[in-house]
Amino acid sequence: MLPREESGESTLRVVDVAVRFGGLTALSGVSLDVAPGEIVGVIGPNGAGKTTLFNVVCGFVRPDAGEISWRGHSLARVRTHRLAGLGIARTLQGVGLFPGLSVLENVMIGAEPRARARFATTLLGLPRSDRDERALRAAALAALGRLDVAEVASRAPGTLPYPVQKRVALARALVAEPALLLLDEPASGLGSADMKGLAEVIAELKGDMAVMLVEHHMDFVTGVCDRVVVLDFGRVIATGSPAEIQADPRVLEAYLGFETSERAAEREIREPEPGRA
Amino acid sequence: MHRFLDLTLNGVSSGMIYAAVALALVLIWRATRIVNFAQGAMLMFTTFIASWAIDRTGSYVVGFVVALAAGLVIGAIAERVLVRPVEGGPPLNAVIVTLGLLVLLEALAGMIWGNIPRSFPPAFTIRGFDVGGSRLLFSPFDLFTVGAVLVVAVGLGLFFTRTNLGLRLRASAFDPEVSRLLGVRVSRMLTLGWALAAAAGSLAGVLVAPAVELGPTNFDVVLVYGFTAAVLGGLDSPTGAVTGGVVLGLVLSYVSGYESSALVPLASLVLLIAVLMVRPGGLFSHAAARRV
Repeated sequence: MLPREESGESTLRVVDVAVRFGGLTALSGVSLDVAPGEIVGVIGPNGAGKTTLFNVVCGFVRPDAGEISWRGHSLARVRTHRLAGLGIARTLQGVGLFPGLSVLENVMIGAEPRARARFATTLLGLPRSDRDERALRAAALAALGRLDVAEVASRAPGTLPYPVQKRVALARALVAEPALLLLDEPASGLGSADMKGLAEVIAELKGDMAVMLVEHHMDFVTGVCDRVVVLDFGRVIATGSPAEIQADPRVLEAYLGFETSERAAEREIREPEPGRA
Repeated sequence: MHRFLDLTLNGVSSGMIYAAVALALVLIWRATRIVNFAQGAMLMFTTFIASWAIDRTGSYVVGFVVALAAGLVIGAIAERVLVRPVEGGPPLNAVIVTLGLLVLLEALAGMIWGNIPRSFPPAFTIRGFDVGGSRLLFSPFDLFTVGAVLVVAVGLGLFFTRTNLGLRLRASAFDPEVSRLLGVRVSRMLTLGWALAAAAGSLAGVLVAPAVELGPTNFDVVLVYGFTAAVLGGLDSPTGAVTGGVVLGLVLSYVSGYESSALVPLASLVLLIAVLMVRPGGLFSHAAARRV
Protein backbone atom coordinates (compact mmCIF):
# COMPACT_ATOMS: atom_id res chain seq x y z
CA MET A 1 0.00 0.00 0.00
CA LEU A 2 1.30 3.42 -0.92
CA PRO A 3 1.82 5.80 1.95
CA ARG A 4 -0.82 8.49 2.02
CA GLU A 5 0.13 12.09 1.54
CA GLU A 6 -0.20 13.00 5.18
CA SER A 7 1.31 9.90 6.71
CA GLY A 8 4.39 10.47 8.79
CA GLU A 9 3.81 14.19 8.75
CA SER A 10 1.96 16.15 11.36
CA THR A 11 -1.74 16.39 10.66
CA LEU A 12 -2.51 19.61 12.49
CA ARG A 13 0.09 22.34 12.41
CA VAL A 14 -0.28 25.63 14.28
CA VAL A 15 2.42 28.20 13.51
CA ASP A 16 2.92 31.50 15.34
CA VAL A 17 -0.75 32.10 15.96
CA ALA A 18 -1.79 35.33 17.67
CA VAL A 19 -5.27 36.35 18.76
CA ARG A 20 -6.19 39.64 20.35
CA PHE A 21 -9.58 40.61 21.75
CA GLY A 22 -9.41 44.39 21.82
CA GLY A 23 -6.45 45.15 24.07
CA LEU A 24 -6.30 41.65 25.52
CA THR A 25 -3.81 39.25 24.00
CA ALA A 26 -5.37 35.80 24.18
CA LEU A 27 -2.70 33.99 22.19
CA SER A 28 0.67 35.11 20.97
CA GLY A 29 3.28 33.23 18.97
CA VAL A 30 1.68 29.86 19.66
CA SER A 31 3.05 26.98 17.62
CA LEU A 32 2.35 23.30 17.96
CA ASP A 33 2.03 20.14 15.89
CA VAL A 34 -0.16 17.15 16.32
CA ALA A 35 1.05 13.96 14.64
CA PRO A 36 -1.33 11.28 13.36
CA GLY A 37 -2.43 8.97 16.15
CA GLU A 38 -0.83 11.15 18.81
CA ILE A 39 -2.60 12.28 21.98
CA VAL A 40 -1.63 15.83 22.92
CA GLY A 41 -2.75 17.54 26.09
CA VAL A 42 -2.93 21.32 26.43
CA ILE A 43 -2.79 22.58 29.99
CA GLY A 44 -2.51 25.94 31.67
CA PRO A 45 -4.27 28.09 34.23
CA ASN A 46 -7.66 29.66 33.57
CA GLY A 47 -7.41 32.38 30.97
CA ALA A 48 -4.21 30.93 29.50
CA GLY A 49 -5.85 30.71 26.07
CA LYS A 50 -6.59 26.99 25.89
CA THR A 51 -10.16 27.31 24.67
CA THR A 52 -9.21 30.20 22.39
CA LEU A 53 -6.67 27.89 20.78
CA PHE A 54 -9.44 25.35 20.13
CA ASN A 55 -11.71 28.07 18.80
CA VAL A 56 -9.02 29.16 16.36
CA VAL A 57 -8.50 25.61 15.12
CA CYS A 58 -12.21 25.08 14.49
CA GLY A 59 -12.78 28.46 12.90
CA PHE A 60 -14.90 30.13 15.59
CA VAL A 61 -12.16 32.71 16.06
CA ARG A 62 -10.00 34.07 13.23
CA PRO A 63 -6.36 34.52 14.25
CA ASP A 64 -4.83 37.99 13.89
CA ALA A 65 -1.54 36.41 12.83
CA GLY A 66 -0.10 33.00 12.13
CA GLU A 67 -1.14 29.97 10.16
CA ILE A 68 -3.13 26.85 10.87
CA SER A 69 -2.91 23.99 8.46
CA TRP A 70 -4.46 20.56 8.28
CA ARG A 71 -2.75 17.89 6.18
CA GLY A 72 -0.76 20.61 4.46
CA HIS A 73 -3.76 22.79 3.58
CA SER A 74 -4.45 26.09 5.28
CA LEU A 75 -7.56 26.22 7.43
CA ALA A 76 -7.67 30.02 7.31
CA ARG A 77 -10.56 30.21 4.86
CA VAL A 78 -12.31 27.00 5.78
CA ARG A 79 -15.78 27.53 7.24
CA THR A 80 -16.62 25.66 10.42
CA HIS A 81 -19.25 23.38 8.90
CA ARG A 82 -16.67 21.89 6.53
CA LEU A 83 -14.32 20.70 9.29
CA ALA A 84 -16.36 17.57 10.02
CA GLY A 85 -16.02 16.58 6.37
CA LEU A 86 -12.26 17.16 6.56
CA GLY A 87 -12.02 14.76 9.50
CA ILE A 88 -11.90 17.18 12.43
CA ALA A 89 -14.37 16.71 15.29
CA ARG A 90 -14.67 18.69 18.49
CA THR A 91 -16.51 18.41 21.77
CA LEU A 92 -17.38 21.47 23.80
CA GLN A 93 -16.92 22.40 27.43
CA GLY A 94 -19.99 21.02 29.14
CA VAL A 95 -21.87 18.72 26.80
CA GLY A 96 -23.47 20.80 24.02
CA LEU A 97 -26.13 18.21 23.23
CA PHE A 98 -29.30 19.33 21.46
CA PRO A 99 -31.95 19.42 24.19
CA GLY A 100 -34.95 18.73 21.97
CA LEU A 101 -33.49 15.75 20.13
CA SER A 102 -33.16 12.21 21.43
CA VAL A 103 -29.73 10.81 22.23
CA LEU A 104 -29.82 8.75 19.04
CA GLU A 105 -30.80 11.77 16.91
CA ASN A 106 -28.00 13.79 18.49
CA VAL A 107 -25.47 11.17 17.45
CA MET A 108 -27.06 10.69 14.01
CA ILE A 109 -26.34 14.34 13.19
CA GLY A 110 -22.69 13.68 14.00
CA ALA A 111 -22.76 10.67 11.66
CA GLU A 112 -23.99 12.70 8.71
CA PRO A 113 -20.67 14.02 7.29
CA ARG A 114 -19.40 10.49 6.95
CA ALA A 115 -22.67 9.31 5.43
CA ARG A 116 -22.69 12.22 3.02
CA ALA A 117 -19.45 11.00 1.51
CA ARG A 118 -21.13 7.67 0.81
CA PHE A 119 -24.68 8.42 -0.29
CA ALA A 120 -25.65 10.78 -3.08
CA THR A 121 -29.15 11.37 -1.73
CA THR A 122 -27.96 13.09 1.42
CA LEU A 123 -25.55 15.12 -0.64
CA LEU A 124 -28.49 16.48 -2.61
CA GLY A 125 -30.37 17.09 0.61
CA LEU A 126 -33.17 14.75 -0.38
CA PRO A 127 -35.15 12.95 2.28
CA ARG A 128 -33.18 9.97 3.37
CA SER A 129 -33.85 6.61 1.86
CA ASP A 130 -34.41 3.63 4.10
CA ARG A 131 -30.90 2.45 3.41
CA ASP A 132 -29.34 5.80 4.36
CA GLU A 133 -31.44 5.96 7.46
CA ARG A 134 -30.52 2.44 8.52
CA ALA A 135 -26.83 3.14 7.94
CA LEU A 136 -26.94 6.37 9.97
CA ARG A 137 -28.90 4.72 12.76
CA ALA A 138 -26.53 1.75 12.87
CA ALA A 139 -23.46 3.99 12.94
CA ALA A 140 -24.97 6.10 15.73
CA LEU A 141 -25.91 3.04 17.78
CA ALA A 142 -22.46 1.54 17.29
CA ALA A 143 -20.82 4.74 18.55
CA LEU A 144 -23.11 4.78 21.58
CA GLY A 145 -22.34 1.11 22.17
CA ARG A 146 -18.62 1.78 22.00
CA LEU A 147 -19.07 4.12 24.97
CA ASP A 148 -21.47 1.76 26.78
CA VAL A 149 -24.44 4.10 26.55
CA ALA A 150 -26.48 2.43 23.80
CA GLU A 151 -29.31 1.70 26.23
CA VAL A 152 -30.17 5.42 26.56
CA ALA A 153 -30.51 5.93 22.78
CA SER A 154 -34.18 6.92 22.89
CA ARG A 155 -33.94 9.18 25.95
CA ALA A 156 -33.82 12.97 25.99
CA PRO A 157 -30.30 14.18 26.91
CA GLY A 158 -31.58 16.41 29.71
CA THR A 159 -32.96 13.40 31.62
CA LEU A 160 -29.55 11.69 31.86
CA PRO A 161 -26.86 12.01 34.54
CA TYR A 162 -24.06 14.39 33.60
CA PRO A 163 -21.34 11.74 33.07
CA VAL A 164 -23.67 9.85 30.70
CA GLN A 165 -24.34 13.07 28.77
CA LYS A 166 -20.58 13.56 28.44
CA ARG A 167 -20.27 10.07 26.99
CA VAL A 168 -23.05 10.77 24.51
CA ALA A 169 -21.28 13.97 23.44
CA LEU A 170 -18.08 11.99 22.93
CA ALA A 171 -19.97 9.35 20.95
CA ARG A 172 -21.36 12.11 18.72
CA ALA A 173 -17.83 13.30 17.97
CA LEU A 174 -16.50 9.77 17.42
CA VAL A 175 -19.28 8.64 15.09
CA ALA A 176 -17.84 10.83 12.32
CA GLU A 177 -14.63 8.73 12.53
CA PRO A 178 -12.47 11.85 12.66
CA ALA A 179 -8.74 11.92 12.01
CA LEU A 180 -8.39 14.61 14.67
CA LEU A 181 -10.52 14.80 17.78
CA LEU A 182 -10.49 18.00 19.82
CA LEU A 183 -11.71 17.49 23.38
CA ASP A 184 -12.46 20.60 25.42
CA GLU A 185 -12.29 19.63 29.11
CA PRO A 186 -13.54 16.07 28.62
CA ALA A 187 -13.12 15.20 32.32
CA SER A 188 -14.73 18.32 33.81
CA GLY A 189 -17.53 17.45 36.21
CA LEU A 190 -16.65 13.75 36.27
CA GLY A 191 -15.95 11.70 39.38
CA SER A 192 -12.80 9.60 39.62
CA ALA A 193 -14.49 6.40 38.41
CA ASP A 194 -15.95 8.12 35.34
CA MET A 195 -12.61 9.81 34.69
CA LYS A 196 -10.86 6.46 34.74
CA GLY A 197 -13.38 5.09 32.23
CA LEU A 198 -12.86 8.12 30.01
CA ALA A 199 -9.08 7.68 30.12
CA GLU A 200 -9.54 4.08 28.97
CA VAL A 201 -11.76 5.18 26.09
CA ILE A 202 -9.24 7.80 24.95
CA ALA A 203 -6.35 5.35 25.29
CA GLU A 204 -8.25 2.99 22.96
CA LEU A 205 -8.51 5.75 20.34
CA LYS A 206 -4.74 5.98 20.17
CA GLY A 207 -3.53 5.06 16.71
CA ASP A 208 -7.02 5.42 15.18
CA MET A 209 -6.98 9.18 15.36
CA ALA A 210 -5.03 12.11 16.73
CA VAL A 211 -6.47 13.63 19.88
CA MET A 212 -5.85 17.11 21.26
CA LEU A 213 -7.41 17.78 24.63
CA VAL A 214 -7.63 20.66 27.04
CA GLU A 215 -7.87 19.65 30.66
CA HIS A 216 -7.33 20.81 34.23
CA HIS A 217 -6.96 17.42 35.86
CA MET A 218 -3.24 16.81 35.87
CA ASP A 219 -3.46 13.10 36.68
CA PHE A 220 -5.80 12.62 33.80
CA VAL A 221 -3.54 14.48 31.35
CA THR A 222 -0.32 12.76 32.40
CA GLY A 223 -2.05 9.39 32.38
CA VAL A 224 -3.48 9.60 28.90
CA CYS A 225 -1.33 11.98 26.82
CA ASP A 226 1.80 11.27 24.79
CA ARG A 227 2.82 14.90 24.86
CA VAL A 228 1.81 17.94 26.90
CA VAL A 229 1.84 21.59 25.85
CA VAL A 230 1.73 24.19 28.62
CA LEU A 231 0.15 27.55 27.91
CA ASP A 232 0.37 30.62 30.08
CA PHE A 233 -0.83 34.11 29.24
CA GLY A 234 -1.31 33.03 25.66
CA ARG A 235 2.20 31.67 25.18
CA VAL A 236 3.60 28.16 25.02
CA ILE A 237 5.98 27.99 27.99
CA ALA A 238 6.82 24.30 27.87
CA THR A 239 6.23 21.24 25.78
CA GLY A 240 7.31 17.66 26.27
CA SER A 241 6.38 14.25 27.60
CA PRO A 242 4.21 14.13 30.73
CA ALA A 243 7.29 13.15 32.77
CA GLU A 244 9.30 16.11 31.45
CA ILE A 245 6.45 18.50 32.13
CA GLN A 246 5.96 17.16 35.63
CA ALA A 247 9.66 17.65 36.30
CA ASP A 248 9.78 21.19 34.94
CA PRO A 249 10.00 23.43 38.03
CA ARG A 250 8.39 26.44 36.36
CA VAL A 251 5.42 24.38 35.32
CA LEU A 252 5.12 22.77 38.72
CA GLU A 253 5.37 26.04 40.47
CA ALA A 254 3.06 28.19 38.47
CA TYR A 255 0.54 25.93 36.76
CA LEU A 256 0.00 22.70 38.53
CA GLY A 257 -0.72 24.02 41.97
CA PHE A 258 2.42 22.45 43.45
CA GLU A 259 4.62 24.99 45.08
CA THR A 260 8.31 24.89 45.69
CA SER A 261 9.12 25.29 49.33
CA GLU A 262 10.52 28.80 48.82
CA ARG A 263 7.33 30.00 47.19
CA ALA A 264 5.19 28.41 49.87
CA ALA A 265 7.21 30.06 52.60
CA GLU A 266 7.05 33.39 50.80
CA ARG A 267 3.29 33.19 50.54
CA GLU A 268 2.86 32.33 54.17
CA ILE A 269 4.64 35.50 55.18
CA ARG A 270 2.73 37.71 52.76
CA GLU A 271 -0.72 36.28 53.08
CA PRO A 272 -1.88 35.54 56.57
CA GLU A 273 -4.67 32.98 56.71
CA PRO A 274 -8.10 34.52 56.37
CA GLY A 275 -9.84 34.92 59.70
CA ARG A 276 -6.64 35.48 61.63
CA ALA A 277 -6.40 39.15 60.80
CA MET B 1 -77.70 22.49 19.38
CA HIS B 2 -77.69 23.16 15.66
CA ARG B 3 -76.25 26.58 16.33
CA PHE B 4 -73.57 25.14 18.61
CA LEU B 5 -72.58 22.67 15.90
CA ASP B 6 -72.42 25.47 13.34
CA LEU B 7 -70.26 27.63 15.56
CA THR B 8 -67.97 24.74 16.46
CA LEU B 9 -67.36 23.67 12.87
CA ASN B 10 -66.92 27.28 11.82
CA GLY B 11 -64.45 27.76 14.68
CA VAL B 12 -62.42 24.74 13.62
CA SER B 13 -62.24 25.88 10.03
CA SER B 14 -61.16 29.46 10.77
CA GLY B 15 -58.93 28.09 13.55
CA MET B 16 -57.05 26.02 10.97
CA ILE B 17 -56.23 29.20 9.06
CA TYR B 18 -54.89 30.83 12.23
CA ALA B 19 -53.00 27.58 12.79
CA ALA B 20 -51.25 27.86 9.42
CA VAL B 21 -50.19 31.45 10.16
CA ALA B 22 -49.09 30.42 13.67
CA LEU B 23 -47.09 27.55 12.17
CA ALA B 24 -45.30 30.04 9.90
CA LEU B 25 -44.44 32.25 12.87
CA VAL B 26 -43.36 29.34 15.06
CA LEU B 27 -41.07 27.80 12.43
CA ILE B 28 -39.21 31.08 12.05
CA TRP B 29 -39.14 31.78 15.78
CA ARG B 30 -37.70 28.34 16.50
CA ALA B 31 -35.00 28.64 13.89
CA THR B 32 -33.96 32.26 14.26
CA ARG B 33 -35.60 33.71 17.41
CA ILE B 34 -37.22 36.33 15.23
CA VAL B 35 -40.93 37.19 15.20
CA ASN B 36 -41.71 37.72 11.54
CA PHE B 37 -44.00 40.75 11.52
CA ALA B 38 -43.91 40.67 7.72
CA GLN B 39 -45.67 37.28 7.63
CA GLY B 40 -49.10 38.88 7.03
CA ALA B 41 -47.73 40.96 4.18
CA MET B 42 -45.84 38.00 2.72
CA LEU B 43 -48.98 35.87 2.56
CA MET B 44 -50.90 38.85 1.12
CA PHE B 45 -48.30 39.14 -1.63
CA THR B 46 -48.33 35.45 -2.48
CA THR B 47 -52.14 35.49 -2.58
CA PHE B 48 -52.03 38.36 -5.08
CA ILE B 49 -49.62 36.29 -7.17
CA ALA B 50 -52.04 33.35 -6.92
CA SER B 51 -54.90 35.61 -7.98
CA TRP B 52 -52.89 36.73 -10.99
CA ALA B 53 -52.13 33.11 -11.90
CA ILE B 54 -55.81 32.13 -11.60
CA ASP B 55 -56.79 35.05 -13.86
CA ARG B 56 -54.21 34.01 -16.41
CA THR B 57 -54.91 30.30 -16.46
CA GLY B 58 -58.47 30.05 -15.14
CA SER B 59 -57.31 27.19 -12.92
CA TYR B 60 -57.62 27.33 -9.15
CA VAL B 61 -55.18 24.45 -8.78
CA VAL B 62 -52.49 26.37 -10.66
CA GLY B 63 -53.10 29.43 -8.47
CA PHE B 64 -52.89 27.29 -5.33
CA VAL B 65 -49.59 25.71 -6.35
CA VAL B 66 -48.20 29.06 -7.49
CA ALA B 67 -49.07 30.58 -4.09
CA LEU B 68 -47.14 27.89 -2.21
CA ALA B 69 -44.17 28.09 -4.59
CA ALA B 70 -44.16 31.90 -4.32
CA GLY B 71 -44.17 31.49 -0.54
CA LEU B 72 -41.08 29.30 -0.68
CA VAL B 73 -39.27 31.80 -2.91
CA ILE B 74 -40.26 34.93 -0.99
CA GLY B 75 -39.35 33.29 2.31
CA ALA B 76 -35.94 32.25 1.04
CA ILE B 77 -35.23 35.67 -0.47
CA ALA B 78 -36.36 37.48 2.68
CA GLU B 79 -33.97 35.40 4.76
CA ARG B 80 -30.99 35.61 2.43
CA VAL B 81 -31.24 39.29 1.57
CA LEU B 82 -32.91 41.06 4.47
CA VAL B 83 -32.73 38.93 7.61
CA ARG B 84 -29.23 37.41 7.22
CA PRO B 85 -27.43 40.69 8.02
CA VAL B 86 -29.32 41.14 11.30
CA GLU B 87 -29.28 37.52 12.48
CA GLY B 88 -27.48 37.19 15.78
CA GLY B 89 -27.64 40.94 16.30
CA PRO B 90 -29.84 42.81 18.77
CA PRO B 91 -33.46 41.52 18.53
CA LEU B 92 -34.77 45.01 17.81
CA ASN B 93 -32.86 45.13 14.51
CA ALA B 94 -34.70 42.07 13.26
CA VAL B 95 -38.04 43.51 14.42
CA ILE B 96 -37.39 46.70 12.47
CA VAL B 97 -36.32 44.76 9.36
CA THR B 98 -39.46 42.59 9.33
CA LEU B 99 -41.65 45.65 9.98
CA GLY B 100 -39.87 47.37 7.10
CA LEU B 101 -40.57 44.38 4.86
CA LEU B 102 -44.24 44.57 5.90
CA VAL B 103 -44.50 48.21 4.83
CA LEU B 104 -42.53 47.55 1.64
CA LEU B 105 -44.68 44.61 0.52
CA GLU B 106 -47.95 46.41 1.28
CA ALA B 107 -46.80 49.44 -0.70
CA LEU B 108 -45.57 47.28 -3.59
CA ALA B 109 -48.85 45.35 -3.73
CA GLY B 110 -50.76 48.64 -3.80
CA MET B 111 -48.59 49.91 -6.66
CA ILE B 112 -48.91 46.73 -8.69
CA TRP B 113 -52.47 45.59 -8.05
CA GLY B 114 -54.18 48.70 -6.61
CA ASN B 115 -55.62 49.37 -3.19
CA ILE B 116 -59.23 48.40 -3.90
CA PRO B 117 -59.94 44.96 -2.42
CA ARG B 118 -60.93 42.34 -4.96
CA SER B 119 -62.63 39.00 -4.56
CA PHE B 120 -60.69 35.76 -4.45
CA PRO B 121 -62.37 32.48 -5.40
CA PRO B 122 -62.76 29.62 -2.93
CA ALA B 123 -61.62 26.17 -4.02
CA PHE B 124 -65.10 24.73 -3.52
CA THR B 125 -68.53 26.16 -2.87
CA ILE B 126 -69.05 28.02 0.39
CA ARG B 127 -72.68 26.82 0.49
CA GLY B 128 -72.99 24.71 3.61
CA PHE B 129 -73.56 20.95 3.63
CA ASP B 130 -77.14 19.72 3.89
CA VAL B 131 -77.48 17.31 6.77
CA GLY B 132 -80.83 15.73 7.59
CA GLY B 133 -82.85 18.45 5.87
CA SER B 134 -81.15 21.38 7.55
CA ARG B 135 -78.23 23.30 6.17
CA LEU B 136 -74.98 23.70 8.08
CA LEU B 137 -72.72 26.73 7.85
CA PHE B 138 -69.84 24.29 7.32
CA SER B 139 -69.15 24.11 3.58
CA PRO B 140 -67.04 21.97 1.27
CA PHE B 141 -64.55 24.84 1.18
CA ASP B 142 -64.30 24.73 4.99
CA LEU B 143 -63.63 21.01 4.72
CA PHE B 144 -60.93 21.75 2.14
CA THR B 145 -59.44 24.37 4.49
CA VAL B 146 -59.26 21.94 7.39
CA GLY B 147 -57.85 19.19 5.18
CA ALA B 148 -55.23 21.38 3.46
CA VAL B 149 -53.84 22.77 6.72
CA LEU B 150 -53.83 19.32 8.30
CA VAL B 151 -51.95 17.87 5.33
CA VAL B 152 -49.35 20.66 5.46
CA ALA B 153 -49.00 20.45 9.25
CA VAL B 154 -48.64 16.67 9.26
CA GLY B 155 -46.32 16.83 6.25
CA LEU B 156 -44.09 19.34 8.01
CA GLY B 157 -44.19 17.21 11.15
CA LEU B 158 -43.06 14.12 9.24
CA PHE B 159 -40.43 16.13 7.41
CA PHE B 160 -38.96 17.42 10.68
CA THR B 161 -39.03 14.10 12.51
CA ARG B 162 -38.47 11.53 9.77
CA THR B 163 -35.89 12.98 7.41
CA ASN B 164 -32.21 13.75 7.76
CA LEU B 165 -32.77 17.22 6.44
CA GLY B 166 -35.49 17.80 9.04
CA LEU B 167 -33.17 16.51 11.74
CA ARG B 168 -30.48 18.96 10.65
CA LEU B 169 -33.04 21.79 10.57
CA ARG B 170 -34.05 21.02 14.14
CA ALA B 171 -30.44 20.77 15.28
CA SER B 172 -29.63 24.16 13.69
CA ALA B 173 -32.55 25.71 15.54
CA PHE B 174 -31.41 24.30 18.88
CA ASP B 175 -27.74 25.19 18.62
CA PRO B 176 -26.27 26.68 15.44
CA GLU B 177 -22.68 26.62 16.68
CA VAL B 178 -22.67 22.95 17.67
CA SER B 179 -24.49 22.13 14.43
CA ARG B 180 -21.72 23.76 12.41
CA LEU B 181 -19.12 21.72 14.27
CA LEU B 182 -21.04 18.60 13.29
CA GLY B 183 -20.93 19.59 9.64
CA VAL B 184 -24.40 21.14 9.25
CA ARG B 185 -24.63 24.09 6.84
CA VAL B 186 -26.62 26.20 9.26
CA SER B 187 -27.06 29.18 6.95
CA ARG B 188 -28.69 26.95 4.35
CA MET B 189 -30.95 25.46 7.00
CA LEU B 190 -32.11 28.95 8.02
CA THR B 191 -32.97 29.82 4.43
CA LEU B 192 -34.90 26.57 4.09
CA GLY B 193 -36.69 27.20 7.40
CA TRP B 194 -37.85 30.62 6.25
CA ALA B 195 -38.95 29.21 2.90
CA LEU B 196 -41.04 26.46 4.51
CA ALA B 197 -42.55 28.90 6.99
CA ALA B 198 -43.52 31.35 4.27
CA ALA B 199 -45.08 28.52 2.26
CA ALA B 200 -47.24 27.55 5.27
CA GLY B 201 -48.21 31.22 5.55
CA SER B 202 -49.10 31.48 1.88
CA LEU B 203 -51.44 28.51 2.33
CA ALA B 204 -53.28 30.51 5.00
CA GLY B 205 -53.49 33.47 2.59
CA VAL B 206 -55.20 31.47 -0.14
CA LEU B 207 -57.61 29.92 2.37
CA VAL B 208 -58.63 33.12 4.13
CA ALA B 209 -58.77 35.38 1.05
CA PRO B 210 -62.36 34.44 0.01
CA ALA B 211 -63.60 35.62 3.42
CA VAL B 212 -61.59 38.83 3.90
CA GLU B 213 -61.16 39.75 0.21
CA LEU B 214 -57.82 40.48 -1.36
CA GLY B 215 -56.24 43.87 -0.65
CA PRO B 216 -52.83 45.12 0.51
CA THR B 217 -53.87 45.54 4.14
CA ASN B 218 -56.73 43.04 4.39
CA PHE B 219 -54.55 40.35 5.97
CA ASP B 220 -53.17 42.42 8.84
CA VAL B 221 -55.79 41.02 11.21
CA VAL B 222 -54.88 37.47 10.16
CA LEU B 223 -51.35 38.05 11.43
CA VAL B 224 -52.71 39.26 14.77
CA TYR B 225 -54.83 36.12 15.20
CA GLY B 226 -51.98 33.93 13.98
CA PHE B 227 -49.66 35.52 16.51
CA THR B 228 -52.20 34.98 19.29
CA ALA B 229 -52.51 31.33 18.28
CA ALA B 230 -48.72 30.94 18.23
CA VAL B 231 -48.36 32.42 21.72
CA LEU B 232 -51.23 30.23 22.99
CA GLY B 233 -49.29 27.22 21.78
CA GLY B 234 -46.02 28.45 23.20
CA LEU B 235 -44.16 29.91 20.17
CA ASP B 236 -41.70 27.02 20.27
CA SER B 237 -44.04 24.16 19.46
CA PRO B 238 -45.49 23.43 15.99
CA THR B 239 -48.06 21.12 17.59
CA GLY B 240 -48.89 23.94 19.97
CA ALA B 241 -49.32 26.33 17.04
CA VAL B 242 -51.95 24.12 15.42
CA THR B 243 -53.75 23.49 18.71
CA GLY B 244 -53.53 27.18 19.61
CA GLY B 245 -55.07 28.05 16.23
CA VAL B 246 -58.02 25.72 16.74
CA VAL B 247 -58.59 26.87 20.34
CA LEU B 248 -58.54 30.50 19.22
CA GLY B 249 -60.86 29.74 16.29
CA LEU B 250 -63.38 28.05 18.58
CA VAL B 251 -63.32 30.79 21.23
CA LEU B 252 -63.72 33.55 18.66
CA SER B 253 -66.50 31.67 16.90
CA TYR B 254 -68.49 31.19 20.13
CA VAL B 255 -67.95 34.82 21.15
CA SER B 256 -69.07 36.02 17.75
CA GLY B 257 -72.08 33.69 17.61
CA TYR B 258 -73.39 33.95 21.18
CA GLU B 259 -72.39 37.52 21.98
CA SER B 260 -71.37 39.86 19.22
CA SER B 261 -68.88 39.87 16.37
CA ALA B 262 -67.76 43.28 17.62
CA LEU B 263 -66.25 41.53 20.65
CA VAL B 264 -64.03 39.20 18.59
CA PRO B 265 -60.80 41.27 18.63
CA LEU B 266 -61.32 41.95 22.33
CA ALA B 267 -61.86 38.26 23.07
CA SER B 268 -58.65 37.43 21.23
CA LEU B 269 -56.69 39.82 23.44
CA VAL B 270 -58.39 38.62 26.64
CA LEU B 271 -57.49 35.03 25.75
CA LEU B 272 -53.90 36.05 25.00
CA ILE B 273 -53.52 37.88 28.31
CA ALA B 274 -55.17 35.05 30.27
CA VAL B 275 -52.78 32.46 28.83
CA LEU B 276 -49.75 34.68 29.40
CA MET B 277 -50.79 35.14 33.04
CA VAL B 278 -51.51 31.47 33.76
CA ARG B 279 -48.94 29.77 31.53
CA PRO B 280 -46.44 32.37 30.30
CA GLY B 281 -44.67 29.79 28.16
CA GLY B 282 -47.88 28.91 26.34
CA LEU B 283 -50.13 25.87 26.65
CA PHE B 284 -47.45 23.56 25.27
CA SER B 285 -44.43 24.87 27.11
CA HIS B 286 -42.03 22.33 28.46
CA ALA B 287 -41.14 22.27 32.11
CA ALA B 288 -37.43 22.38 31.30
CA ALA B 289 -35.87 25.77 30.84
CA ARG B 290 -34.40 26.44 27.44
CA ARG B 291 -31.52 28.76 26.78
CA VAL B 292 -32.61 31.50 24.39
